[in-house]
Amino acid sequence: MFDMNITAAQYLVNVDGDQDTIRATIDGTEVNVPVYVGNRHYDEIMRQVAAGTLTIEDAD
Amino acid sequence: MALTTVRPQGMGFDTGRRNLIINGAMQVSQRGTSFATVGTEYTLDRFQAQNSSLGAFTVTQSSTAPDGFAKSLKWDCTTADASPAAGDFAGLNYRIEGQDLQQLKKGTSGALSTTVSFWVRSNKTGTYILEIVDADNSRNIHKAYTISSADTWEHKELTFAGDTTGTLTNDNGLSMYLRWYLGAGSTYTSGTLATDWQANVNADRAVGQVNLADSTSNEWYITGVQLELGTNASDFEHRSYGEELQLCKRYFQSWDNTASDATSNRTIGGGVWYTATQILATFPFEVEMRAAPTFSTSATDSVTAYGGGWAEQRVGGNGLDTIGTKCARLNFTVGSRTAGHGALVQRQNNGSTWTLDAEL
Repeated sequence: MFDMNITAAQYLVNVDGDQDTIRATIDGTEVNVPVYVGNRHYDEIMRQVAAGTLTIEDAD
Repeated sequence: MALTTVRPQGMGFDTGRRNLIINGAMQVSQRGTSFATVGTEYTLDRFQAQNSSLGAFTVTQSSTAPDGFAKSLKWDCTTADASPAAGDFAGLNYRIEGQDLQQLKKGTSGALSTTVSFWVRSNKTGTYILEIVDADNSRNIHKAYTISSADTWEHKELTFAGDTTGTLTNDNGLSMYLRWYLGAGSTYTSGTLATDWQANVNADRAVGQVNLADSTSNEWYITGVQLELGTNASDFEHRSYGEELQLCKRYFQSWDNTASDATSNRTIGGGVWYTATQILATFPFEVEMRAAPTFSTSATDSVTAYGGGWAEQRVGGNGLDTIGTKCARLNFTVGSRTAGHGALVQRQNNGSTWTLDAEL
């Protein structure tokens, strides 16, 4: 587990209608995180969601 | 007369690829060469600094190195902490995929010993701890080493017994990591150092470790890191810079428009005006990555699409989606043109950096 400070997370919808990416702010940097188990940022986002400390906003 | 070759343990692994460590000579540093006030972050390629509230350190790629090496990784204490709180610690981590460790036969009756060797130097003499952690089974083992002479390169060779308990998962996830401790509070030092494999006990992990954070005069260098099967350390397996760089790119790629590409824009790939204001284009990665990577960019309008005699710069959009291990899809908005036109997509020479991160 890393000490990631995740301050924002929102799903993005691609042109196929899939929510396959999360736009997140991690340690002050805005990043695109793939919905992919094994990506350490995605795994940490989901860990924090499960812990109730982070909510992923719906896509615009 | 029949001849039999006898190979004692520790011998016989000295041909072909021996070193399980990538970038052990600290040659590759795609993220930059200086990392101030490190927390938990990757620094030189494949090497992760971790500092949990123990003073403050800057990590750099240094040209101070022993004979036969050109680079090292340096920790420099910038804020002293002579009295660490119980849970404080700092260390350097190297994390390894399980599928690259199956030859250790860990968790079987035939589990093999491994030897870690490296060059180290510090003004702070005394006892240091190297830990190997089985992340799949929450087990670990430790060896102490001594820096005897201040400001002098010393070569260390530490052998770790095989572990007959706990197999390593054969996949692309984290199974094992090495940690060179540089300081730790009582949470990690109040027990008895676990020099045999055991289930994790925090108090047994860094017993006797000196505190590199006790003075801003302190610094610690390491290079020539090698992890190999057997009970003996062989000579460091030097690989070319190009080969090490390619191996590193499985975990991290930097698309930098500030150095070699500074005088010309860099073509990314082909695409299409999907709508009048939206470009979709391919973004093939330089090397297939360990996992679908996280994408970041230091500038948002760092892409231009060319087509139909036009050149339109990105003004918004998602940036990257449909991210896989081999490629992703650029998805951005531009000034209004004609849907259906082909597009050639290039990076802008605006000093921006794109990064793809699939580290463990």
